[in-house]
Amino acid sequence: MKKTILSFISTIGIPRIIIAGFLTFLLITAFVLGMDMKRLLSDSLVRIGRNSLFVLALLPPLKAGVGLNFGLSLGALCGLIGLVVGLELGITGINHILLASIIGVLLAVVIGYIYGVLLNQTKGQEMMVGNYMGFATVSLMCTFWLLAPFKNPSLIWAIGGKGLRTTLVLPEATGQIIDKFLSFSFFGFNIPTGTFVLSSLSCLIMYFFFKTRSGLSMVAVGSNPIFAKASGIKENTIRIQSVILSTVLAAIGMVIFAQSFGFVQLYMAPLMLPFPAIACILIGGASLRKATLLHVIIGTILFQTLLTITLPVVTQAVAISGEAGDITEVLRVIISNGLILYALTRKGGD
Amino acid sequence: MLEIKNISKDFFGIQALKNISLTLQEGEILGLVGENGAGKSTLMNILFGMPVIHETGGYQGEILFDGKPVIIKSAKEAMDLGIGMIHQEFMLIPGFSIAENIKLNREPTKSNIFSRLINKKLETLDMVTIREHSKTVLQEIGLGIDELLPVIGLPVGHKQFVEIAREVDKSKFSKVKVLVFDEPTAVLTESEAENLLQILKQLAHKGISILFISHRLDEVLQVSDRVVVLRDGEKIAEKNQSETNIIEIAELMVGRKFKRFEAIAELKPQIEDITILKINNLKVSMPGEYVNGINLEIKKGEIFGLGGLAGHGKVGIANGIAGLYPASGEIQFQGKPLKLNDPNAFLNSSLAFLSEDRRGVGLLLNEPIDFNICLTSFYIKGRFTKNLLGMKILNQSELDEYSKKIISDLDIRCLGPHQFVRALSGGNQQKVCIARALTMEPQLLFVSEPTRGVDVGAKQKILEILVNLNRRLGMTIVFTSSELLELRSISDRIGIVHHGQITDILPPDAPDVKFGLAMSGIKGVVQ
Amino acid sequence: MKRIIEIVKNNPIPVLFLVICVLGLWITKIPLPIFINDLITRLSRNTFLVLSLIIPIIVGLGLNFAIVTGAMAGQIGAITVIELGIKGLPGFLVACLIAVPLAIIFGYLLGKIFNIAKGREMITGFITGFFANGVYQFIFLFIIGTALIPFKDKTILLPQGWGIRSVVDLYNIQYAVDSILKLKIPIGRYFLNVPLSTFIIIFILCVAINYFIKTKLGQEFRAIGQEPHVSLVYGINVDKNRVLATIISITLAAIGQLIFLQNLGTVNTYASHEQVALFSIAALLVGGATVKKAAVSNALLGTLLFHSLFIISPQVGLKLFGQPQVGEYFRVFVAYGVIAFALAMHAFQVKTGKK
Repeated sequence: MKKTILSFISTIGIPRIIIAGFLTFLLITAFVLGMDMKRLLSDSLVRIGRNSLFVLALLPPLKAGVGLNFGLSLGALCGLIGLVVGLELGITGINHILLASIIGVLLAVVIGYIYGVLLNQTKGQEMMVGNYMGFATVSLMCTFWLLAPFKNPSLIWAIGGKGLRTTLVLPEATGQIIDKFLSFSFFGFNIPTGTFVLSSLSCLIMYFFFKTRSGLSMVAVGSNPIFAKASGIKENTIRIQSVILSTVLAAIGMVIFAQSFGFVQLYMAPLMLPFPAIACILIGGASLRKATLLHVIIGTILFQTLLTITLPVVTQAVAISGEAGDITEVLRVIISNGLILYALTRKGGD
Repeated sequence: MLEIKNISKDFFGIQALKNISLTLQEGEILGLVGENGAGKSTLMNILFGMPVIHETGGYQGEILFDGKPVIIKSAKEAMDLGIGMIHQEFMLIPGFSIAENIKLNREPTKSNIFSRLINKKLETLDMVTIREHSKTVLQEIGLGIDELLPVIGLPVGHKQFVEIAREVDKSKFSKVKVLVFDEPTAVLTESEAENLLQILKQLAHKGISILFISHRLDEVLQVSDRVVVLRDGEKIAEKNQSETNIIEIAELMVGRKFKRFEAIAELKPQIEDITILKINNLKVSMPGEYVNGINLEIKKGEIFGLGGLAGHGKVGIANGIAGLYPASGEIQFQGKPLKLNDPNAFLNSSLAFLSEDRRGVGLLLNEPIDFNICLTSFYIKGRFTKNLLGMKILNQSELDEYSKKIISDLDIRCLGPHQFVRALSGGNQQKVCIARALTMEPQLLFVSEPTRGVDVGAKQKILEILVNLNRRLGMTIVFTSSELLELRSISDRIGIVHHGQITDILPPDAPDVKFGLAMSGIKGVVQ
Repeated sequence: MKRIIEIVKNNPIPVLFLVICVLGLWITKIPLPIFINDLITRLSRNTFLVLSLIIPIIVGLGLNFAIVTGAMAGQIGAITVIELGIKGLPGFLVACLIAVPLAIIFGYLLGKIFNIAKGREMITGFITGFFANGVYQFIFLFIIGTALIPFKDKTILLPQGWGIRSVVDLYNIQYAVDSILKLKIPIGRYFLNVPLSTFIIIFILCVAINYFIKTKLGQEFRAIGQEPHVSLVYGINVDKNRVLATIISITLAAIGQLIFLQNLGTVNTYASHEQVALFSIAALLVGGATVKKAAVSNALLGTLLFHSLFIISPQVGLKLFGQPQVGEYFRVFVAYGVIAFALAMHAFQVKTGKK
């Protein structure tokens, strides 16, 4: 009996159990306090859809043995450029989304390629190099946002008239356009159908991708690069492909995120973007060596739900004002970094 | 001085040492010879308390040092007892100077106010003394170089002498009683080796006992007082230097009653007089291997054995041809030239390679059996595919069917095609490798060390599979193995590699001594 | 001339930054005395922190991104001293007395973590810094002032009665060290304020580090940094020495942060420590250090150049683009960029070295 429990715990993984337990506790608390459960869960659904692509973007490099992509923000920046160009040109609605995606993807392919080559040159230190490449690029882009010749008055600072604002509001026609597509109410839950269809579709494509020649060679390279070489697979090319794929997904992910959020946040906003996404996939049960689609899905659901309901529940329970600082933010920092730390210190990275 | 009594050691059920007993007198040089896998390094690891020994369940038997029983748990303890070692791979700090390396962790220091107040470790290094001592010892061993040079740029021979200098210097300040030299002449030129043998004698003269491990039989006989021969983890013989000769030692080292494999005796060879593979001046740069101008012709339908001592190049040949390590030379397969340094070209020419490094190269340990079996042929040949909206994706049902069949054909003991390879035993993992190679439907198969780390039953099964492939299906096999007996049991011809070249090609029933001498690079002395 | 080329070749990064700084000075035309005065202040503030990074590099741990935890220990000390109401130099010393044991504990734990995550020390240290920061925020925002950790001094608590304010005035220990021995050098209309006492402390640390490298323990550290396996075979206790090196680094960082704070006079409770690792590491690397190699000279030169850039870049932004923010973002980019570059170079060298 004890043995089965122990083996059950080790298959599920201690972090997943702790997070799931904490989540259950919060949900029960919310229920006891008589909070609006439907709203809490609807909000969670929105956040799950919003973030899912970022988490999915982590999968290809993990599979290919490149490790956790701490440079996810590079892809997100490509998406941001696409969005801002759309805003500048005054394009709204679905065209805005499409234009932003196309620009984002094109840029992401180029950036992803360069980034992939860099990571190949720095094999063994990909995570640290990727992380600081991300940081450096985000801060370099800050000067771009300030200096780029954008003219649209709704985008630039009112005073001084130079440089983009830190937060840009998406026009009515663009905000939540995908979320609202086919959206319906189900027992009072608002389902952001479009975004869910889109992320499910992405997951499905990813599922089949890992059955194709490229996809399976990615798995082989990640599992044993020398085996892959002996099978005629070019390790470096495959690794670059995985990084490009990740960057492209992150770019699209940024567009999805922004339309759902309704705002485009510039400057230092994308700096820490990879961390919650990484936390998601790790909660889902992934390790530095092994990650699956299931890890992505479970992790996103658990972590995003947790983040969504913590603040309202804690506020209600302790009756503290927002002035005390955002406890969700603190929890996010502790949980996501705690999880990454846990993954890093597991023996052999398994 | 040192007495090893009835030492036995097994790794996961595979016996590495059986009841070995040795004695080493004060000031004596004892030569230790044996083929690879004879148990020399395991014995040394036990003597040095290396973690591999203790992590795998320790050993049986007793070591007496100075008449007292000791259990050595770490290299530090061995050193404290007075056992020193000249390592095969250099244990030097590259960025440190020669002098700093000689005195590593034995530095003379001067005390100062902080060391007295806080900790002895804060004593300052006495660089003057470090230099003086190093200078003296370098002169003693005849290495006339500046002791302040960093080790990093030194030629390998010099590095070896720095290691020796360290042990010699140590012997002046602390009780060094036993020194182990593990293949010290492997990297030296002839004159350097000569110099080293002189140093060995001098050290023995001072009363230090020396254990000298070498493949070079002539050197062993030149300096040793006694020679001990190990084979298959057992002590085969112990001879006084004056009572033996190189031929006897060579015979003892190899000699076993060889027996042809049953299946091979039953089935007729299908050898045709066509050269299927022609190797011309093949050179491969693979770490730890030396392939320097191999010329060889393999006939269609034969099992060609490749033997020789470790590091001499037998393993490098197949690795080079398969494109895993940089190679040069000309290869012709079925009359067509084969592009080197390109695994794709190799695999596309109906060739397949079973690596000697099963876990490192041959398998995806964290993936299921069916994935391991199919990947290469899926990738190279597009087997097991189906169409999905114009994309070619893996056809899981076809693969399942195929894997089940080959699992039963090769008798792979597992829970089914979806079991992870890591969970399988060594023998079954090897069968998965074979299954993968067969799925490629090759004309010629390179097999390296297929029975290494495999239990006896599985060993037989694997050899049987190879024989069946050859005798029934006509597949040409190039079979590399460190176990001569195994080579001789199934090969039709055996090439012995020495120092990167083929010394001799022998029939399997040639006399033992011919094999022994060929391995030492001597061809056809005995008629 | 040949010598100059040689110097440029061997120290490309410091030379590059020297050129940038000189260009910047020329463009902005900041009066030299003002610039130097500013620079002296920044040097006295930051050098100690930068020096705390050297020992872990020698022992092979790489860039210690986790000095953030040391900085936290320092801040805990500083805030506790306010609560205790001790002023001036005694206050500073008490703060050290509180911070150092904490730093030793943090360093010990961190060293243990590094030993588990061998080969991934830098990313582990980096993430540990973030993680510790989360815990720190949790304690300072939600625990302090409640029944769990009572706090008397209400002036630095948030209005609701618990949690420390985001900016705390450190009037009680301001200039505690700087003012022991101060020089005021007049240059024309301007004055140069030199906190000589602080510089003496920094000088002592420099000498101590250089002395330490020449001791038996220092030699062990160097050996481990190059070849941990060989060191182990020759009886050097690798794991223990790595933990020791981490403790030394974190402890120095704690003291360094206190020196930083006593000069600044205020503490940004939730932000002051966050950038410590970033700016200190960037400074060290600008001075020509690498992931495997660092010396006191790198730290001194690096702090000098990096902080010159810090002073100049907003002015350059203003002059060239009409926006000081450009310069501010640019210096953040430089900090991240120089670290990214050093890490990439390191990984590249390790990779090619293997072949």
